[in-house]
Amino acid sequence: MSQEPETTQGIASDEYDRVEPPIGWDGQTLQEMLDESEQLLEDTGRYHGRERLEMKEDEPFQYERMFSRLRGALVNARETALHISASAIVREIGELAFQLYTPEGDCIATSTGIIVHVHTGSLAIKYMIEEGYEHGRTIQPGDIFCNNDNDLGNVHTADVHTLIPIFYDDELIAWADGVTHEVDIGGSTRGHDQLASTTRYEDGLYATCEKIGENDEVYQDWRDRAERGTRTPMFWDLDEKCRVAGAHMIREALTDLVDEVGVERYKEFTREAIEEGRQTLESRVQERLFPGTYRDASFMPVPFKQEGWNPVSQKDMLNHLPVEMEVGGDGGLSLDMTGASPPGPHPYNCSEGSMQGGLWVSLTQCLLHDGKVNDGSYFAVDANFPEGSVVNPQDPSLSYHTAWGSIMPTYQAVWKNISRAFFARGFREEVNTGYSESGDTMQGGGFNEVTDEYFPIAPFDLSCQGMGASASRDGLDYAYTMWNPETDMGDIEEWELIEQGLPFLSRHIKPNTAGHGKYRGGSGWETLRVVDRSYDMSLYKHVRPGVTNSTSGMHGGYPQATNYSVRVHNTDLEEQFEDAEYPISDKVPGDLEEDVDGDVVRTERGIYFPTTFENHDLVYYHMGGGPGYGDPLDRPFDLLKEDLEKEIYTPDIVENVYGVVGNLDEEEREFEIDHDATEERREEIREQRREESQSVRSFIDEERERLVEGDLSDPARRMYSGVFDRGDDWCDDFREFWDLPENFEINMG
Amino acid sequence: MSTDKSQIEKLIDGTLPWPELRDDVLPDPKDPERFETTIEILQERVDWDDRILVPLNDHLYVVAGDDGRTVKAECGHELCSADENWKLECDIRAREEQEETAELYPELMTPDPDWTFQIREYFCPECYSLLDVEAVPAGYPILQKFEPDIDTFYEEWLDQPVPDGQ
Ligand SMILES: [Zn+2]
Repeated sequence: MSQEPETTQGIASDEYDRVEPPIGWDGQTLQEMLDESEQLLEDTGRYHGRERLEMKEDEPFQYERMFSRLRGALVNARETALHISASAIVREIGELAFQLYTPEGDCIATSTGIIVHVHTGSLAIKYMIEEGYEHGRTIQPGDIFCNNDNDLGNVHTADVHTLIPIFYDDELIAWADGVTHEVDIGGSTRGHDQLASTTRYEDGLYATCEKIGENDEVYQDWRDRAERGTRTPMFWDLDEKCRVAGAHMIREALTDLVDEVGVERYKEFTREAIEEGRQTLESRVQERLFPGTYRDASFMPVPFKQEGWNPVSQKDMLNHLPVEMEVGGDGGLSLDMTGASPPGPHPYNCSEGSMQGGLWVSLTQCLLHDGKVNDGSYFAVDANFPEGSVVNPQDPSLSYHTAWGSIMPTYQAVWKNISRAFFARGFREEVNTGYSESGDTMQGGGFNEVTDEYFPIAPFDLSCQGMGASASRDGLDYAYTMWNPETDMGDIEEWELIEQGLPFLSRHIKPNTAGHGKYRGGSGWETLRVVDRSYDMSLYKHVRPGVTNSTSGMHGGYPQATNYSVRVHNTDLEEQFEDAEYPISDKVPGDLEEDVDGDVVRTERGIYFPTTFENHDLVYYHMGGGPGYGDPLDRPFDLLKEDLEKEIYTPDIVENVYGVVGNLDEEEREFEIDHDATEERREEIREQRREESQSVRSFIDEERERLVEGDLSDPARRMYSGVFDRGDDWCDDFREFWDLPENFEINMG
Repeated sequence: MSTDKSQIEKLIDGTLPWPELRDDVLPDPKDPERFETTIEILQERVDWDDRILVPLNDHLYVVAGDDGRTVKAECGHELCSADENWKLECDIRAREEQEETAELYPELMTPDPDWTFQIREYFCPECYSLLDVEAVPAGYPILQKFEPDIDTFYEEWLDQPVPDGQ
């Protein structure tokens, strides 16, 4: 490439030739390109008006080869660049991704990894175009841009994007985007997915589509600002080098490709590849789903009344996340969240781009496993995330630190809606009732007593949760997370290397976490860790949901168990260690107290705010199970025998829910069923169902009375009140269902 | 890729071994006759003659009967017409207190009773099979979760006459 400067050890010794606007294709400005693209989509319903995929039809091998090469370049960049990083989140778990965009910011292809970002970089690029960067700030060969401003195109603050423009003969032909999840972003507390943040001004370091380098080199002032602004400057620096190096690898691979195939064919290829992605989704909808209307709702409990730091956040809140979907007769798919809660003083506010990313991450896992994964699917879905709601606040002053707290529950409802369609169509194997939401387990950090060095605590073993059941088998046990299909628990030794002051005492199955059903949800797991040879250790726990469920089961299956917290301060572990003893579990809540003396703090909440820990204090967390599918009384006995032997469930719970009775040999872990007692117990359960239930009509009368009298908990009332304040159509449906007067409202008072 | 009828029967029964599920049933492309095969199997298994139009869950179907389209349970009980919310014709048990939810999961692993959050179980009023479970705050409306567009599906997607059409 003629414009590539000579480099010595990565340092530019020459400068690129500057380009003058317009830098778009065929003499267009980027804004003109963007306008034209949007117009063509609106007029024709097709990306860049491509009715027929000529290149795909006429030279299919070339076309597929080009896609494979680009995809390969992105995966290769990711696989290579992650070795530059020192952060275990990036290196072990692969929390990074690379994307390739058109000049106007539409994703052509993405690497593996945190693919939720397919559309976030897109929004950042469109922002730069619309803000006139081409003419003001200028976009030059060798430039480096950085964005983690959620409102403009990011999932949450700790995800940092590096964007570079790729030129060919003075024309901008693409953007490469690398994103890594930072272990610390310099927020008001330690950690990467903060709990305490209530506004942007507590979130930490923000780059707003900022030019952070030129001639392939990061500016010194930016590097200094970022390194001084985060608690883990070494990780920051290496992660940034990782993103920049990966983006440059992609530039090199793309330039080679264009040298080979010619720039005009490359351009046509990008248009068709995105249109193909759009068409694939539409045809897949007709092939797999059932036309009609689908409704579900998720809930996100925010139990901050006792925990919150900022006085405005000291209340128990419940976010309403309703999802109505329409599978159109024409194969179109739409999604509407009218009725969603307003934003709030918590870190769970979520930008539209993040919600789009969540949609995309979901569709690629349930509907588009094999298609061309790009912005085509974004163009194929008509999504309404209501402006001013928690899922599209349009307000940069809010905290977006842990937007996943809105994304994860919402997509439980989306998966259930799509699963109902799969079921109707006979694709029972594709049904997925949802998942356990990962939350962000333990976060914080401390100092090593020996080296005086700071170490962050941010274990990403949380990427192994219980998966929801399907309509043909149980959910995967501790092996799934919705946000990264390449889920990996990582080795304990690797976490201990980084998180020096918090070694593991145990890690095993957490009984009774899996959602009940004919097919149960996947099981969760638990771990105990001890604070060791550290000082100034501050930790917080961020597991969701705790005080309520966030989602339901499906077709008679139950939602999974909720989460809770326990920790022990001032323990007797120092003495126990001398006798080579220590506690290993809280299998059934309360077990832990039998094996350790100390100040035990237990709550229903899956969270606690940053708390100081001393040496020999005990830290516990568990990961949840997935929701269940179908009536538990339909579950085969041999599967329940296995559940008991593997400790997925304890015998008392199995007896209550499934009516299976027998004897469990705890030592040998063998269960022998008592068939007579089982038959009796199951008859009893059926009888209980008859006796303890009432007609839905009478239930509605009672609940209506309750609404009129205002007999609701504060968080439930606050949820309805927030939705009524927004005054969406949802409120009319609510009044109609309960047969309440037109002026009926629920207020916090 | 095509799957034979016996594989789909096993899929419905949950007895298809994982290697077959993984190699024959999960991968794309899927067999194009899946809907028809599934309906055929389900129809053979029920004790009544009404034509199944759409399966709603393991024990519930939209059927074409003498009185038009209805939601009918496997046991034969008819809940409502196809366009209505069948849940309104169910029996319900709503668990909200700790002693009620404790049957499901251990203490601390069910909703905090202070949050008035409910686990609603919907039963067939005839045979008491469990048809759906919802986890919602008290006062939450009972959603109609699926309204299938049956005519469009048969006529436009399958390019067939609707089984109960004129
Ligand atoms: Zn029945």
